[in-house]
Amino acid sequence: MFSLYGYQDIFLEGAWLTLQVALLSLVLAVFLGLIAALAKLSHSIILTSIATLYTTIIRGIPDLILMLIIFFGGQVLINDTSYNLNEWFNEVVTGYYPDHEWTAYLPDYIDISPYIAGIVTIGFIFGAYMAETFRGAILSVDKGQLEAATAYGMNKYKRFSRVMFPQMMRHALPGLGNNWLVLLKTTALVSIIGLQDMVKIAGDASGSTQKPFTFYLVVALIFLFYTAVSTTVLKWAERKYSIQTR
Amino acid sequence: MDFSIIVNEYEFYLQGLWTTTWLVALSLLIGLLIAIPAGVLRSHQNWLIKGPIWAYMYFFRGSPLLVQLFLIYYGVAQFDAIRESWMWYYFQEAWFCALLAFSLNTGAYTAEIVRGVIGTMPLGELEAAKAYGMSRWQTLKRITLPNSLRRALPAYSNEIIFMIHGSAIAGVVTIVDITGAARVVNARYYAPFEAYLAAGLLYMCLTFSVIYLFKLWEKSYQH
Repeated sequence: MFSLYGYQDIFLEGAWLTLQVALLSLVLAVFLGLIAALAKLSHSIILTSIATLYTTIIRGIPDLILMLIIFFGGQVLINDTSYNLNEWFNEVVTGYYPDHEWTAYLPDYIDISPYIAGIVTIGFIFGAYMAETFRGAILSVDKGQLEAATAYGMNKYKRFSRVMFPQMMRHALPGLGNNWLVLLKTTALVSIIGLQDMVKIAGDASGSTQKPFTFYLVVALIFLFYTAVSTTVLKWAERKYSIQTR
Repeated sequence: MDFSIIVNEYEFYLQGLWTTTWLVALSLLIGLLIAIPAGVLRSHQNWLIKGPIWAYMYFFRGSPLLVQLFLIYYGVAQFDAIRESWMWYYFQEAWFCALLAFSLNTGAYTAEIVRGVIGTMPLGELEAAKAYGMSRWQTLKRITLPNSLRRALPAYSNEIIFMIHGSAIAGVVTIVDITGAARVVNARYYAPFEAYLAAGLLYMCLTFSVIYLFKLWEKSYQH
């Protein structure tokens, strides 16, 4: 293996962490995106406006700011809420039993892990972009297909999973692939909220070795490698899924 | 939650808004100056011209902007040759490094847009230009570029939005842009929710004004 001033092993761990964050947020993003796309296309005004608000706000605010709001702001919000609830519980209990001692019914201090915060934020952000992709894909499925499914007596769930989903994924694949490539690069931001990913490790390593260019270049090259693998897989998938149409 | 902090520190945020605006605007301008020749020459037959442009675009489109910024801001200090030359005067400055990283990044993305629209240029128009006896340069200037600009607008407005959002990382390398202002306000008052929410709203205003302006511009082409 190549040596990197003794940092190669920890670097590989960081590279793996980056990939983990990216893949897990992708799963969350696809899930949220599907829900939001279905909500946008539903006939309920409430669902449509919630979904529209979601996608509009997300596309207006930078990922970094959203991450900071969720990580730092969420931390304060959760702890304040938990503290207030604790106070309230204790007050109520003391009202019944005057000699009751103050106890923390809810955890006194909750630490949001940057790992979870990173995944949740990135998933949440890209859910909005996925929603647009999926909305377009759902609209491009032939209506006759769904009518035929109804005529066959399929219920709503079967119609979606057997007819709509396999066909819409074909149209969604190019957009999905683009979103994945952007998402992959966004994961570099988790280093700012303190996660030990490649970028953070490169920062620490260059501090002690005085070789910042080398380390950041390696990070960039690993990202390029991920991108190259992704584009190859995506090209293969697009080819595979387009065969059946023609 | 106490939003009076934000009201008290509004001047700080306005300063951040101004920094973000000029940083992004200047990066986009320099990026465009890189992108047009790069996008045109990307389809050149000669590998000695095509190759380096391919490598430039591949690197800057394939790696995160944050890493590119760190590579310039922290990385350049590794080379004594630069530290001892006149260039060090600029590379010491965070704003210069951010400007350089952002320009090179948006230049690569925009070059891809340029390449895309030029590649899908209607052949009939090019043939007509040839029939009129225009030279290659005249065709490029009179036919290809104006026609491509119109078709590139939707993709380019997206790129501007990405740049505005991407520029938020400038706050990480000590620049007081909108994010930087929010970081300072948070450090002073420990009010992360209020500080970052205010920054988010400012970015949102900026984003939607750009989207609105581009919609108007695109509409003006549809006659």
